[in-house]
Amino acid sequence: MQMIDTNEAGLIARIVAGEKELFHELIRPYDRMVYLTLFAIVKNETEAEDGAQETVISAYRHLASFRGDAKFSTWLTTIAINEGRKRLRKAKGAAENSIEEEEEGHEGDYTPAPLTDWREIPLEALERKELREALRVAVAELPDIYRQVFVLRDLEEQNIEETAQALRINPGAVKVRLHRARMMLQKRLVPFLKTTVPARRGFFGRAL
Amino acid sequence: MKLDCKHVWEHISEYIDKTVDAELCKEIELHLEHCEICSAILDSTRNILVLTADDRTFELPVGYSEKLHERLKGEIEKTKQEPPVGG
Repeated sequence: MQMIDTNEAGLIARIVAGEKELFHELIRPYDRMVYLTLFAIVKNETEAEDGAQETVISAYRHLASFRGDAKFSTWLTTIAINEGRKRLRKAKGAAENSIEEEEEGHEGDYTPAPLTDWREIPLEALERKELREALRVAVAELPDIYRQVFVLRDLEEQNIEETAQALRINPGAVKVRLHRARMMLQKRLVPFLKTTVPARRGFFGRAL
Repeated sequence: MKLDCKHVWEHISEYIDKTVDAELCKEIELHLEHCEICSAILDSTRNILVLTADDRTFELPVGYSEKLHERLKGEIEKTKQEPPVGG
């Protein structure tokens, strides 16, 4: 069991006791996290924005049921995931009886792309807008189960245990999915990097 | 035991997260010292993670937080006359 931040715990107690405006302060550090979680599921800006609002309102209404046996951020992420899945079901319509997630299979190629002529991305290349755009597209195109884990872990920087709790999967599955997501992204982005990084050898003074 | 590249790739994510056990970690490091291919894979994967965590890569819609807190303000106003927030 993880203890919640004492300051956060104090805030929650005061809100529940009646200082309702303090909820703004409690939620503000998680504005971004809530949106990213929603977006990872619904993959649509407007839907994610509306879903984020619903998530926050729902968290406000049900705050008294938060018991502090998980971190507040995990509790909030769970609400966001449920909201996202609800929207996804609605969007897909009743015809599709379930959006139950596929399990990670044992097949599939999750090996990275080997590189032979490149050691490190120069910092200036990381500043390129095109590279950010390529990464956004690659993340959006990851299969759902991999994207959700990747977003929680590497974008929101939640730990393995928190990610497992929020998605209701075991920590082993988090590790497997994360590994595969990262390898898929590496494979997708490496050719792009090779073509956009200027062929300047020894950028960091390393003998190549 | 000598690690081959494929074995290193299987553990690269855990290696980045520092969740591999000490012995395997040592073997991976030994391998990386002489294997340019695996070093490049590790570097590229790490760079992707750096880029992912950069707030500029995944930006929020314009006015997102303002709208969110405006909506929340309305909700709080509505519940002001009610007893403390429910469970």
